[in-house]
Amino acid sequence: MRVVLLPLMLALVVAAATAQSGAEFRWGGDAEGGAPFVEADPQDPSRVVGFDVEVADILARGLGRTARFVQVGFTSLDAAAARGDFDIGLSGIEDSAARRSRLAVTIPYYEFREILTVRDSDRQRYRTLADLRGRRVATLGATLAYDILVAAQAEFSLVAVTYEDDVHPYSDLALGRVDAVVLDAVLADRGVRRNPGLVNQDTDLGVGYYVGVLAPEQSALRDRVNEILRTAMRDGRLEAVFRRWEMWNEDQPRLYARLLAGDAVELQRTATDSTDTWAAARRYFPALLQAAVITLVLSCAAMALAVVTGSLIAAGRVYGPRSLQAALTAYVEVVRGTPLLLQLFVLYFGLAPFVQLPAFIAALLGLGLNYSAYESEIYRGALQAVPQGQLDAARALGLSDRQALVLVRGPQAFRLALAPMTNDFVALLKDSSLVSVITVVELTKQTSIFAANIGSWVVPGALCAALYLVLSLPLARLARRLEKRWQP
Amino acid sequence: MAAVTLDVRDVAVRRGGRLVVEGVSFNGQQGELLAIMGASGSGKSTVLRSVAGLDPLAGGAIDVGGVRLAAGRTLPRDGRKTLHRAVGIVFQFHHLFSHMSAIDNVTLAPVHALRQSREAAVGRARALLDELGVGGRAAAMPHELSGGEAQRVAIARALAVDPAVLLMDEPTASLDRARRDDLGVTLRALAAQGRTVVIATHDEAFARAVAHRTLLMADGRIVPGG
Repeated sequence: MRVVLLPLMLALVVAAATAQSGAEFRWGGDAEGGAPFVEADPQDPSRVVGFDVEVADILARGLGRTARFVQVGFTSLDAAAARGDFDIGLSGIEDSAARRSRLAVTIPYYEFREILTVRDSDRQRYRTLADLRGRRVATLGATLAYDILVAAQAEFSLVAVTYEDDVHPYSDLALGRVDAVVLDAVLADRGVRRNPGLVNQDTDLGVGYYVGVLAPEQSALRDRVNEILRTAMRDGRLEAVFRRWEMWNEDQPRLYARLLAGDAVELQRTATDSTDTWAAARRYFPALLQAAVITLVLSCAAMALAVVTGSLIAAGRVYGPRSLQAALTAYVEVVRGTPLLLQLFVLYFGLAPFVQLPAFIAALLGLGLNYSAYESEIYRGALQAVPQGQLDAARALGLSDRQALVLVRGPQAFRLALAPMTNDFVALLKDSSLVSVITVVELTKQTSIFAANIGSWVVPGALCAALYLVLSLPLARLARRLEKRWQP
Repeated sequence: MAAVTLDVRDVAVRRGGRLVVEGVSFNGQQGELLAIMGASGSGKSTVLRSVAGLDPLAGGAIDVGGVRLAAGRTLPRDGRKTLHRAVGIVFQFHHLFSHMSAIDNVTLAPVHALRQSREAAVGRARALLDELGVGGRAAAMPHELSGGEAQRVAIARALAVDPAVLLMDEPTASLDRARRDDLGVTLRALAAQGRTVVIATHDEAFARAVAHRTLLMADGRIVPGG
């Protein structure tokens, strides 16, 4: 088997390496972003369509190469560009000071406005951010809109809720989980189209630009790309693209005129804008600590739920009637056999039409129930490992089955289970980072917001790792001490 | 003649499809110290386990403490309670609850099975441990006890519910000569208090020295005239 695999893998590596060079223009984007940016062609899912696809084609043609799409998750686009995984990243990427300082950034090819979307019934009530005092307002993490909301959070004491995608903010707005969404007009138009009952307010909250990003050492290629973009602005090819995607408006000709006149585009200053890593670290540290507290509280509560539920499942599987045993076994296999991420999605988004769980509760249930399956297996094994002599002694003393379980078998099994349980708790602490997909901002999410803001993962990553260790090491110590005390 | 507290009639026990005890009959009287002798595998431990309600009968019946154990019959809940109150057992390897101190081992059944107050149970447990010479080890965990100490704690645990019948499996297995003699005195004293004490042992010398009466088992049966 290995003999066959090795040459095959080598061949793939070689093919991948040759594909990188030559007449291809590799551009990275996230097809999950969907229309109008990049999406899989509904007619042929192996192809992508969208305005970014057409911009990439213009660039490739200008360079005399053929465009080739590389799928990269949106939040990884900057890092992948810096690594040189592709020639250019194009996926509705916003211009920002952090990107300009870490990457080679093209001139803008589209100008957008940040706007407020609300439910139709709130059209009169919520016209500006100031009207949303104390309300929950959704956006996409690590965007200009997020920065605007963070500033508004301090100014108007509203609650910013970050999502990892731009679809669920609007569906949650329609469901009433949040009271407004702030995102760029392109996303807002799509959100309103998909969710009847939502309206876009015409208040202008900020202006931003879509740019392409390249590895910092690719400034020569960037300059050529800029020339091609300017030519396409002049000869109307870009206009045609945006007209086709119904995105053309009067802001674009003004932007193009400025760019063709050689003016630099000024970025809107935001409160969190920074290229000074240490100043940013100082500014973000309280938020990281707060996120660490959320991680800790969530993990402890989820573990408590997992321990209680897991114990009940284990008791049911050891003592229960055959039908109960079968049902519990099925539960354990289904929960263990499907991804936690999927379970979180189902709990938070999937159940939303029937029951709207608050994000933290959904996170707690998802993590707790997922881990209960693992805990139950540990306890079942531990229960079965308690020596028969101990059970005989309990019975001979006249203890009922329940008393024998609670007073003798359970506590002894718990001691046996302690080491694997500690292991699971440490794993849960880190798995809790998955709940950011359902808008809970915990340690890892806050770190990635921080990293996106300053355009580097080095300092945020180190701080994040240190905080996780601070949380998990005392736990491991405590468990070791308990084990020492209990084990003969 | 003293009252019969334990009546074993024609008892059979099956394990893994094989009869390991068959046609065993004997009785025990109040104040009597009875020894069942036999090599290992002769079935003597199994007889004790059956009397304690731990191994079901495949034939015959046992009357003890006003409860009848018989083949194919599970005791109702209160019957089980009565049985375990009437019969105490000390296992060969003691099986002290490893996660509890000596005194907690002793008070467990009085507090939880008999629903006595904790104060009363602790008071009685201390008295029992003192009487058995291990009062100073009340707070020790089982793994901190020597074999002899663990056995005495196990005896105290079995006596905590004040059973009329006390069973002991291989009581001399882990004792040196001096401790053996001490144990003999203790068992005699327990019988003198009016209990029926039944020991299962392969230590013939010990059995003949301390018991009022001995039985010999081989291959799951009582050997006539043993």
